[in-house]
Amino acid sequence: MTEPILNVEELSVRISGLHILQGVSFTVAPTGVTVLLGRNGVGKTTTLRAIVGLTPPAGEVRGTIRMGAQSLLARPTHRLVRGGLGYVPEDRCVFAGLTVAENLRLAERRGVTPAYDKVFALFPELDRRGRQRAGSLSGGQQQMLAIGRVLLNDNRLLLIDEPTKGLAPKVVTEVAEVLERVAESVPVLLVEQNLAVVRRLARDAVVLAAGKVAWTGDARELLLETGLTRSLLGVGSAEVAVPSAGSAPAIPAVARKDQH
Amino acid sequence: MGTVILLTLTGLGLAALYFLVASGLSLVFGLADVLNFAHGLFLGVGAYATWWAAGNLPGAGGDGFGFVLAVVFGVAAGTLVAVLVELVLIRPLYSRTIEQVLVTVGLSLAGVALLQATWGADARPFPRPDWTRQVTGILGAQVPNGGLLLIIAAVLVLGALLAFLRWTRYGLVIRAGVENREMVTALGIDVRKAFTLVFAIGGAAAALAGALGGVYFGTVSPGQGSSLLIFAFIVVVIGGMGSVVGSAYAAVVVGLVQQFVNYYGTSGLGDICVVGLLAVVLLLRPQGIAGKVATA
Repeated sequence: MTEPILNVEELSVRISGLHILQGVSFTVAPTGVTVLLGRNGVGKTTTLRAIVGLTPPAGEVRGTIRMGAQSLLARPTHRLVRGGLGYVPEDRCVFAGLTVAENLRLAERRGVTPAYDKVFALFPELDRRGRQRAGSLSGGQQQMLAIGRVLLNDNRLLLIDEPTKGLAPKVVTEVAEVLERVAESVPVLLVEQNLAVVRRLARDAVVLAAGKVAWTGDARELLLETGLTRSLLGVGSAEVAVPSAGSAPAIPAVARKDQH
Repeated sequence: MGTVILLTLTGLGLAALYFLVASGLSLVFGLADVLNFAHGLFLGVGAYATWWAAGNLPGAGGDGFGFVLAVVFGVAAGTLVAVLVELVLIRPLYSRTIEQVLVTVGLSLAGVALLQATWGADARPFPRPDWTRQVTGILGAQVPNGGLLLIIAAVLVLGALLAFLRWTRYGLVIRAGVENREMVTALGIDVRKAFTLVFAIGGAAAALAGALGGVYFGTVSPGQGSSLLIFAFIVVVIGGMGSVVGSAYAAVVVGLVQQFVNYYGTSGLGDICVVGLLAVVLLLRPQGIAGKVATA
């Protein structure tokens, strides 16, 4: 059996008195996409942020997080990222006042040749729109920029938080295609509410409920089990459509509320 | 006509002084979220270090190249103090706003007290080149050269800051950090280095303001930094936190309003009008003229 790329054990996060994660344990396979699922507010985003060291200073993080043999807890975010942990946050977080080219240039690192060829092959539009302010891009283009920014450097693991949130169905399909290609070369831990995208991309699934791991296993198996998806995610598997190029499927998403 | 020209140029001289203090203050707040009440201390250090150097530093003096050397020494001293303040006092307190305010207010008070204890509370005559005491005739107005020097220095600093923000890697990091500091770190960048850098830039600009303010007023006193800091804060809020260009616009507005209202109204009314202007901006456009963007 191959060693997992990420090992999370007994992860607990408490922020402003709220015990958001209460002993979460799971692993991420060294290849393919592992999806982190759950209803709104269960701590999916909090989990990703804890892994990448972005828990607010007032928060308290306990447990163990290892990438290979390396412990990630208590290390500053910039060191984790330089060590090969790529992070694409929820809501893209592109720098609206900077141009597309400047957003990309910011991700360059001293002594490392940035992989512009790879990024522009995946997202030709970023090359064409280099001088445009990132704030004036569409939601889909901003998402491509956010992903492209991370792909400029080599990564050992990508953490991607809700990449299809708020996007039009056609753009969701495009993003899913790109993520599929990206996952061929680097493992991905994905938070995603769109179950059609999950079905297309994910091999393994971890489901959180009330700050704990409620289910782990094969993602497709989970989505085929109507009872499970209904009880864990609040949707039936029959509602899950597979997004594909040229189609704009009706894609159900887990009802959204404010997330942690 | 001559009066209007004179008021405009002396107002711009005052604006230049405000801009030099406010630009660093704005970048520090925009990037690091630090409300630095000790910023006036950097101005005081710059002024007193220039004054001291002109009388004591070999090669330095009150005229010609000696004066330039004294100003360089003053700016270097202000920069050094700013960097030390960031590294020693502010860095352990990032994300702890109340403690930051307490420390910077305390440091500001202690700094003024130290200057008073060392060189006395009275204003001291500032060494300055003879030509800065003279006036230049512009469209019928006799404008003090000290004010023109301030305007030229502020324009040069504005240009240098914009070029730095626009064309350098650290400038890019600062502009991005003003928008979203957390995301900058998530791209693998140690944003703390940029914090130190903006403190250094702010300290240098404030120290330059101290040196040239000494030339403009003809004296240097321990409380000069603190009194200028109040108007610099007003400029920062009106201009928009984190925006150098916003600070420049706001400084011009504040300087001109003060000068014209004080002349045509009652002395002191200009200061009240500036506070009124601040209230209006906060009510109608709380993000200021340029919002939270480090404009390049």
